Amino acid sequence: MKQWIAFIRKEFYHVFRDTRTLLILFGLPVVQIVLFGFALSSEVKNIGIAVLDNAHDAASVQVTNRIETSSYFHLTAPVRSYAEIENRFRDGSIKCTLVFPSDFGAALGRGGQVQVQVVADASDPNTATTVVSYLSAILAGYAGELSPTHRPSYQIVPQIRFLYNEEQNGSLNFVPGVIALIFMIVATALTSVSIVREKELGTMEILLVSPLKPLMVLVAKAVPYLLLCIVNLVLILLLSVFLLKVEIRGSLLLLFAESVLFIIVCLALGLLISNLTSSQQTAMLISMMGMMLPTMLLTGFMFPLENMPWIFRVISYVVPSRYYYEITKAVMLKGLGFSHVWRETAVLSGMATTLLMVALKTFKTRLA
Amino acid sequence: MSVLLFLLEKEFRQIFRDRTILAMMFVLPIVQLIIMPLAANFEVSNINVALVDHDHSSYSRELTAKIASSGYFRISGDAASYSQALRLVEDGQADLVLQIPAGFERNLVREGWQEVGMAVDAINGTKSSIGAGYLTAVIADYNRSLAMKLNVTGQSIATAPAAIEVIALDWFNPRLEYKFYMVPGILVLLLTLVGGFMASLNIVREKEVGTIEQINVTPIRKWQFILGKLIPFWIVGMVVFTVGLVVMYVVYGIFPMGSIAVLYLFAAVYLIALLGLGLLISTFCDTQLQAMFVAFFFMMIFMLMSGFFTSVDSMPDWARSLSNYTPVTHFIKVVRLIVLKGSGMAEVGTELLYLVGFALVLNGGAIMNYRKTS
Repeated sequence: MKQWIAFIRKEFYHVFRDTRTLLILFGLPVVQIVLFGFALSSEVKNIGIAVLDNAHDAASVQVTNRIETSSYFHLTAPVRSYAEIENRFRDGSIKCTLVFPSDFGAALGRGGQVQVQVVADASDPNTATTVVSYLSAILAGYAGELSPTHRPSYQIVPQIRFLYNEEQNGSLNFVPGVIALIFMIVATALTSVSIVREKELGTMEILLVSPLKPLMVLVAKAVPYLLLCIVNLVLILLLSVFLLKVEIRGSLLLLFAESVLFIIVCLALGLLISNLTSSQQTAMLISMMGMMLPTMLLTGFMFPLENMPWIFRVISYVVPSRYYYEITKAVMLKGLGFSHVWRETAVLSGMATTLLMVALKTFKTRLA
Repeated sequence: MSVLLFLLEKEFRQIFRDRTILAMMFVLPIVQLIIMPLAANFEVSNINVALVDHDHSSYSRELTAKIASSGYFRISGDAASYSQALRLVEDGQADLVLQIPAGFERNLVREGWQEVGMAVDAINGTKSSIGAGYLTAVIADYNRSLAMKLNVTGQSIATAPAAIEVIALDWFNPRLEYKFYMVPGILVLLLTLVGGFMASLNIVREKEVGTIEQINVTPIRKWQFILGKLIPFWIVGMVVFTVGLVVMYVVYGIFPMGSIAVLYLFAAVYLIALLGLGLLISTFCDTQLQAMFVAFFFMMIFMLMSGFFTSVDSMPDWARSLSNYTPVTHFIKVVRLIVLKGSGMAEVGTELLYLVGFALVLNGGAIMNYRKTS
């Protein structure tokens, strides 16, 4: 036991000597939280737009003014022809053009129907569909004001309530995602080099002749990182609560227990990678480059899982961060208890045990 | 010159000796390029609706059928009460609760006005607002058909209001397919990951293993050393880029609309800039773990700020200028412009200046920061 503690102490020295890695370890979540909280938004705003005004009457000018004052659009110099629209699309300065027909004002004045064209740069389909719906809303609003007395006769009016997030705080969705992403990559990468580094630098031999059992070696390797990750978790939670105003609704204890479980899964995965590879470079390329995109895509917080082809939904069942994301959403944001997340917890526990066992089996007690 | 050739020979031998690294460089990005675009889809469909129908009238059933057949929604459950429906939301089986009150049909016919309750799981902001928007649109559509139906059976037809109909023309991608937008972006990200990580690990590996001492005692100049590291990965990067373009064409049928020469010119300059960043990181760090973490830190910021996941236009000003100082942003923009819209040199020339600037500064920094004496 005493030997084991000395061994853990050695591992701590290794970790805390490397201040640059520590700096990144704590800097990464801070930067991500700030970026997600204040820079990135899935809302589409400031879309470059131009008008092709064949009417030049009071109505078309009024509509143009409305577009100019809308925060969704950024009105640029008008275009005069379809060829010019194409040129402006090509240099990327606008994403759409509103084309007024020459009889725009006249047709509206007679109280009739009029058609306008919206030419959208659909190379970005998301923006293209958003543009059409924003413009339709602006035009419908304008048309509605032209005939204010008219009230449709049969109306079903939806009363919308936003559950769990009445202020529609955009940060809510990504906080669990960021936590899941960071641990999935960082925790795995940290332990993935731990054993292979000793192999590469030749210190593995000393480890192997020590009286410690393989299990003890593996656990001792993971303990300092587990501690670091927990400190990191506290930091992220503090930032989310105080900087992003995300309210933690459920039990803090449960959230912590689940997070520690998830961190253990990631650390175990890292140990397994470390056992299977022969150089630090390979280990890190697998744990960082190999896992970065799949984790980002298959956790479910950037792209909805239910829209993906079935094969991806099947693959996503082996991605640990997917379960952790579900758990954090339920516990932290919806305030639900253990009875709602026991299934996910069971899966994570199963993964942790399996990974640790496989890591133990693949730990080679002989060199070469 | 011959010194440089020897260095290149050494680097290539090192690269080709390690089969795993080779696989990581070529196979991993290609496999990801083939499968990832299928998963990266922002489209919101299959919104699960829990229905609480207290009216059970023909109108309420008609409305429900209309919602179910709209293509966006799936009626995931009939709940007897609101609290029961809420449990479906808690378990993640429903995203949205639609509550039709008792007396729905009667009020609608007599008063011409009836409210329905909608409760949306708003944790995922995009999904909830789009879901609520779709449902409102379906209901508005039902309103119109109802007004028409009831008007036909007796009542006076209201005077038609002024209306503006929007006709949408979707250029460059009339079927609004996401893959056209995503595949070029994913290609750039994969190229960035491969180039950035490989370059940042390289010099530091020699430091950690100790072989850098052998280089330091030779008369190799600093710039020769950096160039010797840069060229092999540049060639690897260009090969990955080429294979990526082929995959893009063969698997997804996307062929660049614009000039391939211009595309390659940009790729060449971008790779020099990117590898310069990697080498700069490598000269700063002492261990491979450090280098990898520093590289990951920058890659993460680059990817998030690049406009791949969210549009650069909707960022606040400070973020937009930050995004301007990341090479990935410019390269993604250019690749999308050239591949999807056929933009030429005249339209994307300024982006090239940015990339050349990045390449000079980053590689200059790497040469300056490499010290032969410790």
